[in-house]
Amino acid sequence: MILAQSSQPVIPNFGAGSSCERENGAFCWSWVRDNWSDVLWPALREHVVLTLLAVVIGFAIAFALALFAHRRGWVERPVTITTGILYTIPSLALFQLLVPFTKLTTLTAEIALVSYTLLIIFRNTLAGLRGVPDDVRESARGMGLSRGQLLWRVELPLALPSIVAGVRIATVTVISLATVAAFVVNKGLGAPIFDAIQRSVFKTELFAAGGLAVALALAADALLVLAQRAATPWARAGRPA
Amino acid sequence: MPPADTAQTEAAELEFRDAVKRYPGADRNAVDRLSLTVPAGEICVLVGPSGCGKTTAMRMVNRMIDITDGDILLGGRSVRQRDPTQLRREIGYVIQQIGLFPHQTIGENIATVPRLLGWPKARLGERVGALLDLVGLDRTLRERYPSQLSGGQRQRVGVARALAADPPLMLMDEPFGAIDPINRERLQDEFLRLQAEIRKTVVFVTHDIDEAIKMGDRVAILREGGVLAQYGAPEEVLTRPADDFVARFVGADRGLKRLALSRLSELDLDAVNGRRPDLRLPAGMTVRDALSEMLASAGSDALVVDDGRELGIATLDAVAGLLSRESA
Amino acid sequence: MGASGEAGVKDIVDAFPFIADHVSLLLGKAASQLGVAAIAMVIALAVAVPLGIWLGHVHRGSFLAINVSNVGRALPSLAIIAVLIAPLGLGRSTLIIALVVLAVPPILTNAYTAVDGVDRDVVDAARGMGMRERDVLLRAELPLALPLLFAAIRTAAVYVVATVPLGALVGTEGGLGDIIVDQASYRLPGVLGAALCVAVLALGVDALFAGLQRLVTPRGLRARIDYAAVQTEASAY
Repeated sequence: MILAQSSQPVIPNFGAGSSCERENGAFCWSWVRDNWSDVLWPALREHVVLTLLAVVIGFAIAFALALFAHRRGWVERPVTITTGILYTIPSLALFQLLVPFTKLTTLTAEIALVSYTLLIIFRNTLAGLRGVPDDVRESARGMGLSRGQLLWRVELPLALPSIVAGVRIATVTVISLATVAAFVVNKGLGAPIFDAIQRSVFKTELFAAGGLAVALALAADALLVLAQRAATPWARAGRPA
Repeated sequence: MPPADTAQTEAAELEFRDAVKRYPGADRNAVDRLSLTVPAGEICVLVGPSGCGKTTAMRMVNRMIDITDGDILLGGRSVRQRDPTQLRREIGYVIQQIGLFPHQTIGENIATVPRLLGWPKARLGERVGALLDLVGLDRTLRERYPSQLSGGQRQRVGVARALAADPPLMLMDEPFGAIDPINRERLQDEFLRLQAEIRKTVVFVTHDIDEAIKMGDRVAILREGGVLAQYGAPEEVLTRPADDFVARFVGADRGLKRLALSRLSELDLDAVNGRRPDLRLPAGMTVRDALSEMLASAGSDALVVDDGRELGIATLDAVAGLLSRESA
Repeated sequence: MGASGEAGVKDIVDAFPFIADHVSLLLGKAASQLGVAAIAMVIALAVAVPLGIWLGHVHRGSFLAINVSNVGRALPSLAIIAVLIAPLGLGRSTLIIALVVLAVPPILTNAYTAVDGVDRDVVDAARGMGMRERDVLLRAELPLALPLLFAAIRTAAVYVVATVPLGALVGTEGGLGDIIVDQASYRLPGVLGAALCVAVLALGVDALFAGLQRLVTPRGLRARIDYAAVQTEASAY
């Protein structure tokens, strides 16, 4: 294990805090209370920002690629293969391999995180667009919708559940991998996790930071499920009476 | 039914002029020099076995398929000169699977083309209500989604949607093909009643000769390779099939089919003269159904009544007379 | 615990001689990475496959099977490792338990949907021909479910192999990850070389399982295999 190069020096505070902390107890509320505003809350906020940025950029790229592939079928294969390889490269390796190019920066973290969103969003968007029933497309054309109108008024609304499902998977994936991003940039919930390991496995910090990451992922997942429901009122309409 | 807002645009004449469709790489034409004219306000049924090009011919009209050669004129203007999306907004289009937009309410579905044409909101709302009335659907359905409707209701919405911008021409591709026989008959009757009111020019595609005879003012029978075998009124096609193919296609029971085209009131009825057959039949019944009733009553004559008024006595001889009269 | 910023593109070039010079070290680390992954996969398969198949066969527990996956998919890998270290301590077994926790949900759910989703007409026909329940499962449902099941196993295997290096981040055995986090000993070219090897290893495992998936697919279903893969991966992570 190498030593951390975090911005502030790590001072083990065994001895400084409560007896629970000095004895590295299973979980010390006092530590969480004392370090919430300086450690946990900033890390959580950074984590959310890292994630949002990656998902937004990844969505823009993958969505544009999917629209292109929807028009020109040959685009699908090369995009799937490329994004599939990016998706398969383990996070630690990808972060490290980017360092020679973009150094230890947030940019490095974001490039890697964005690359993990592409395959899922691309594939789900394309599958959603292709899943529009032929008769719906036929009647839309027959009524005189232009290609753009067909896409924006019919195909995309119908693809929405699949697109949001893709965004949902991409989001939880990025939340997961953003913890690893602390390997290259001292940000996000990975930072307190690494910090805790350095401090002779400080249990409270490990548990608190890890738990926050899990909670964040589950909350984001639930939020996107709700968004999906809100965006597709027709899917909830009942059967004929 | 309020007639409001339903018949502003005049129906337009439709003419196929040596229209040809040939797909790249095919060894023969899908539609072969098709020439026929549908007078404004009439229903023309394109009918024939699968592969006869009937749907292709219809889809060339709104340029869902492009014409290879020849021309199609709507109201005297070549469709080839028109921008396809503009053209399609002027032509109602109903397909077998209907293709309602699942993510839009019934009201939004019906308003599709008027919205594309930029109608003001108030007029849209009025129009949707009037159309729901017109096709016999409750106005409360406008906020529902298509998945909440039965097949027959969806089909009515499909027709309402096609009529929304009051097009001079309607194209209907096997519109009742996916409906069970009982409801299909009801929808056919409803559409004929509707058509009597709105008088659109309609091109109607089906593979079912009975439906063609029932729905068509004129019937165009196509054979494989997109060749027009015969074009004429249903009576004409039944009475004087142009060739063996048409005769076989309309079926050996074409005599009976002809009876379905006439109502009892059109028979040469005998005077009542005090006779009182037990069988009483309404004057509006088709002769075919009446014959079936008469045969079921052991060949009995029937008293034809119209709103309680006794018109006369229908006999089996009179039925036979009708057939010989028309084939003469 | 972090990479060094003193890096240049030249170091990527130097990574290749490092790989050439340290074949046995890298192979050893790769083997240990695959070993840890294999143990975790075997345990995860032993738990998830029979349970998923059984639930799918009786068409029960869809709520359990689907929601286990939805929650499981959302679990951040490093966070789970961290949370488990708190009570269990640093060690190989902690890492393996974390990997099992991460691998079970996608396998369970897809084993369930694979069997549950077999065409009911086929199953009906099998019963109608007088097959016993065991034969229905073994001769009709399982062969038809295999492509989807293998797609899930493939996804999980790649995921597990890719996650083992995270163990190195928290100080337990992490296969090639041990090199990636130890720049003090291996210098940057060594770290990058190991990162390249990790990437190749993951892609290799993916390709291997793609081949297996193809092998287990009944001939009549081969045209549909890509579809099956899309379905699984869309619901696996």
